[in-house]
Amino acid sequence: MTALADPPIVEARRDGERSLVVAFAVMVALLVVGPFVVYPVFLMQALCFALFACAFNLLVGYVGLLSFGHALFFGWASYLCAHAAKRWGFPPEAAVLFGTLSGAVLGLVAGSIAIRRQGIYFAMITLALAQMMYFVAVRAPFTGGEDGIQDVPRGHLFGVFDLSHEMTMYVFILVMVLASFLFIYRIINSPFGEVLKAIRENEPRAISLGYNTDRYKLCAFVLSATLAGLAGALKALVFQLASLTDVYWTMSGEVVLMTLVGGLGTVFGPVVGAFLIVAMENYLAQFGQWVLVIQGVIFVACVLVFRRGIVGELAHALGVRL
Amino acid sequence: MPRRSALYALTDNADNGSGWGKRVPGDTVLETEDLTKDFAGFVAVRAVNLRVARGAIHAMIGPNGAGKTTCFNLLSKFLSPTRGRIVFDGRDITALRPAEVARLGLVRSFQISAVFPHLTVLENVRIALQRRRGGSFDFWRGKSVLRTLDERAGVLLADVGLAAYAHVPAVQLPYGRKRALEIATTIALDPQMLLLDEPMSGMGREDIERISALIKSLAVHRTVLMVEHNLSVVANLCDRITVLSRGEVLAEGDYRTVSADPAVREAYLGTGHA
Ligand SMILES: Nc1ncnc2c1ncn2[C@@H]1O[C@H](COP(=O)(O)OP(=O)(O)OP(=O)(O)O)[C@@H](O)[C@H]1O
Ligand SMILES: [Mg+2]
Repeated sequence: MTALADPPIVEARRDGERSLVVAFAVMVALLVVGPFVVYPVFLMQALCFALFACAFNLLVGYVGLLSFGHALFFGWASYLCAHAAKRWGFPPEAAVLFGTLSGAVLGLVAGSIAIRRQGIYFAMITLALAQMMYFVAVRAPFTGGEDGIQDVPRGHLFGVFDLSHEMTMYVFILVMVLASFLFIYRIINSPFGEVLKAIRENEPRAISLGYNTDRYKLCAFVLSATLAGLAGALKALVFQLASLTDVYWTMSGEVVLMTLVGGLGTVFGPVVGAFLIVAMENYLAQFGQWVLVIQGVIFVACVLVFRRGIVGELAHALGVRL
Repeated sequence: MPRRSALYALTDNADNGSGWGKRVPGDTVLETEDLTKDFAGFVAVRAVNLRVARGAIHAMIGPNGAGKTTCFNLLSKFLSPTRGRIVFDGRDITALRPAEVARLGLVRSFQISAVFPHLTVLENVRIALQRRRGGSFDFWRGKSVLRTLDERAGVLLADVGLAAYAHVPAVQLPYGRKRALEIATTIALDPQMLLLDEPMSGMGREDIERISALIKSLAVHRTVLMVEHNLSVVANLCDRITVLSRGEVLAEGDYRTVSADPAVREAYLGTGHA
């Protein structure tokens, strides 16, 4: 039997943790300085999508389930948050909570249906469910059809902080997204996360060890949908708008794109991917339809050149976890 | 090698409702009745009546394609039988799901090495220990709570000669060592009965000896049913042998009886085995 070269032992792993701490500090620093350099609205939009992509990555990167219907949770949470804030007069914290919980409920329903399928069938069922709910959104009167729900009031957070102030809103979004980011990191580094990784690596083996893998997958699906819902709800407050774009299948595609470009199954990849794609959409908007083509080219380039995504390649090159 | 398994072997689960007779140590732990699997017309396992005695090391041998792995898939409920019944430890498990069977203490390994490739060797074993620990849905807790399992995992790895590789990703192990890891992972569940599908394939002679000794020590308190092509291993290790050919039981008995059986010789010679 071949003797192995001396194995990389605990040292390397502790370094991996350190690289994560450094990267997190850099990210926080950039986000604190950010609103003084670029438009806060742009940053808030990117942050919402970063959270959306992180939530999506939790499922695809750590359980190996490729959902092609995450717009369902993002978009519907956005509608319900907007509706609660505008028509029912909910304060922002309650409206966001309501939107987030709706993501959880929708996740439970969609997940229960989809979870028994594997691979491409799983992706197709999630897509079909999302499209079905898209048509519901088109038809349902409360969504406002093509107009969406406009002029959603941001209100006063806890009755104190006036979110119509751009900087106050920014701090609110930043805190929510960073807290969710840390929460997701906790999930993937929990006893539960260990089982998820085992299922991703070898599901039959996980079953043979006595894990009821469907229940773990469903739990991960609901967590992912809940956080996607939070992202959608926050986005509704940022733009004071919920619209059909957020439930359309292109939104599901966009989050796949962000995650792949940034790096599937990496901690920071979805954030980098989201910022990149949102920046592209904003700054290339002048090219109209060409944005799609440029996105397509980037996507193909990523798949061909950066198999691991930007952050994935970087982490690989530096030999650390990111 | 002190093991907690003594508890398992001696616990008397008298609550069997299946009427398959009283449980006495040394009595049947696993029994099948008319076990049959039909793959759309191709009968891979045909009317197998198997009896495995508690505490035995029982071998299942047979030429390639005889249906051994299919049999294991049926016993572990990874496949549903077309016909027949499986009773484990006095309980009818025919309708159970595979994870439930595993939790009852009937744990299988796979013919094609089944590790978690990108987890470290230690993490592979810990996943099994974690299942018995419980709390695996705790997504809000840090995984540092699992460190209490590391010591036990280290002992299990030492037993199969993998202590030095604890922090290597499993994918980097050579094939034979992956098999050893798989056995350690299976044992970590402290199962009442192990189904090992060619556990020593791809191993060098030294490892075969180590794993044989390990299996022998396991069977003090547990039952082992194993598929093995290496007949000298079978002869040394196994108390009882069932020979399968074309889905059917051809012969059963100890090594002497079975190897003297003309039908067995013919089945083996017919497919080019020694
Ligand atoms: N899912 C399946 N669908 C159809 N046929 C199958 C399936 N699984 C196994 N078979 C067939 O059943 C027969 C028995 O296969 P099995 O894998 O159980 O043999 P085995 O005794 O384990 O052989 P080996 O020693 O090569 O591992 C083979 O002819 C195989 O092609
Ligand atoms: Mg086989």
